[in-house]
Amino acid sequence: MSNNVYVIGTDMIRFGRFENATPPGLAAQAALLALDDAGLSIKDIQAVYSGNCGETMVGQRMLQLIGQTGVPVVNVTNACATGATAFREAMIAIKAGVCDIALAVGSEKMGKGMLVRKNRAGEAIPSEGLAGSGTMPAVFSEMGMEHTRAYGTTPEQYAQVSVKNHFHSTLNPKAMYQRETPLEDVLGAEMIAYPNTKLMCSVNVDGSAAAVLCSERKLKELGLTSRAVKIRASALASDPFTDRNLIMPDVSTVTRNAAEAAYNEAGIEPKDLHLVELHDCFATAEICHYENLGLCNEGQGGPFLDSGATTLGGKIPVNVSGGLLSKGHPLGATGIANIYEVVTHLRGEAGDRQVEGATIGMTHVVGLGSACAVHVLEKA
Amino acid sequence: MTETTQGLKPATPYLKFTDAGEPFLQGFKCVHCSQTYLGQRDHCAKCAARDCMSPMNLGTSGLLYNYTIVYRSYPGIKVPFVSAVVDLDSGCTIKGNLLDIEPSPENLDFDMPVEVVFRGAELSNSAGEGFISHFFVPKKGSE
Repeated sequence: MSNNVYVIGTDMIRFGRFENATPPGLAAQAALLALDDAGLSIKDIQAVYSGNCGETMVGQRMLQLIGQTGVPVVNVTNACATGATAFREAMIAIKAGVCDIALAVGSEKMGKGMLVRKNRAGEAIPSEGLAGSGTMPAVFSEMGMEHTRAYGTTPEQYAQVSVKNHFHSTLNPKAMYQRETPLEDVLGAEMIAYPNTKLMCSVNVDGSAAAVLCSERKLKELGLTSRAVKIRASALASDPFTDRNLIMPDVSTVTRNAAEAAYNEAGIEPKDLHLVELHDCFATAEICHYENLGLCNEGQGGPFLDSGATTLGGKIPVNVSGGLLSKGHPLGATGIANIYEVVTHLRGEAGDRQVEGATIGMTHVVGLGSACAVHVLEKA
Repeated sequence: MTETTQGLKPATPYLKFTDAGEPFLQGFKCVHCSQTYLGQRDHCAKCAARDCMSPMNLGTSGLLYNYTIVYRSYPGIKVPFVSAVVDLDSGCTIKGNLLDIEPSPENLDFDMPVEVVFRGAELSNSAGEGFISHFFVPKKGSE
C-alpha cells in the first residue's frame, strides 16, 4: 500500500479577538471541530502536533481540556510557518509508519497592534528605529520596494491586493473582517511603512485551526474516502545564504526553494493549480509571491493582479479566504487555516466563495527568520 | 574625534573607535570566500568556513539599494524616518536611518549615493542621549 497521507477532518474557529481565551482553549475548540468533521474522537488520535508561537506545552494543555489520552505530543514553533510545520510533522510521522492517525493543531492569542521584537543581546539601546527598522511592516514594505525597484510596481497595485482580499473575505463567514475596502480607502488609510497602509497589513487576531491526518490504510479502514484530501506534496525550506539576507530578510528565495521542491514532489506545474492560499502578511508580499510561486512570469506580478487572474472567478484565485489581510493572522494557526481553506474548496464545500471545479490547490506560509512551508493538496 | 561625538558611547555593538578616536563601522570578512558581514562573528554563513573572520573597517561610501519610510514605530522613535538599505563600496550591505532629506518617495532614488555619518542617537531615539550611532546622508555634490 502507498504511504500517501490524507486529511480526513479539518476546521477552524472564526478568527477574532477573544479577551479571555487561552491558547490551549483556542486549540481545543479547533481540535474538537476538526474531529467532528472527521466523525472521530480524541481517543482515536495517536499523536498530536501543536503549533503555537507564544507559549509552551500548548498541546498537552489542550489535551488536559479535551481528553488526556497519553499519546505523544510535539509542540512546534517556526514563526508564521508554525502551523504548517506542525501539519508537516504529523504527516512525516504517518509516512514513517510511527502512527496511522494524527492531529495537527495551530493556535495563537495575539496582542493588538504591531509586533515588537525584544532587545538583542549587546544592544545598549534598542536598534529599532535607530539603525533602520526591522518591524514586520518595514521588512515587508522593503520586500515590495525591492520589487518596485526592479519592475516599477506601484503603490496602487499593492493596494489592489487589499481590495481583492477584503472583497474575498465578505464571502467567508470565518474571516475576522467581512467588509469591502475600495481602493481609495486602502490608499487613504494611515501609512504604516511606505507603501503599506494600515489596510495593507494583516490583522493580529486570536484564532485556531486543526486537521486530522491519516494513512491510506487507516483511511480505508475508517471508510472516510468520500471527503478525504490527499497531500500531494509537502516542502519546508530555511533561508539559504543570499547577499543581503542578514540585513534585509529575503523571503523570496526561501519561498522559491520550497515551491520548487513541492512542484517536483507533486509532479505538477503552477498552471495545474486551481487555487492558492499564500502568505499575504502585507499587501506587498502577495505580488512578490505570485512570481516566487511561479503563478506568473518574473516582474509580471502587478499586471497579473490587475488582470483579475487572482480574483475569485479568475485564472488562479489567490486568497479567496480573505487571506491574512482580512481573515486574520493568528501566527501559529495560520498555516493550518490555509490548509482548511484549500481542503474546503477541494471538497466543494466553500459556499459562496467556492472555486468551481477545484481539484488541486496550494498553501504557502513564510515565517520570518526564515521558514517557508508549501503544501499541494488534491481531491482524493 | 569630532567635537560633536566626544564622550559618546556606541549605540550598537558594531560601532567602534579607531586608536585616534574616530568612530567607524566594524565588519568581518571571510578569508575563504571574501563575504563581508556587519559586526563580529566567528564563522561564515555563506561558505560555512570556521574561525575564518578577519576584522575590517566598512568605510563610509555606498549606494541606496532599498528603503521604506516608517510612519509607525516604537515609543520614543521619531517618525517618519527613512529606513535605508545601503550597499557599501566595501561590499557589505547595512541598514540605517537616512537623514538630511525630506522622507518622501519623490526624494529617494534607488542607487543614489549616500555617506555614512556618526551622530548622536537622540536624533532618532529620544532615549538616545549620550550614545553615538551611524546614519546615512545623501552624498554631497550628487543631488
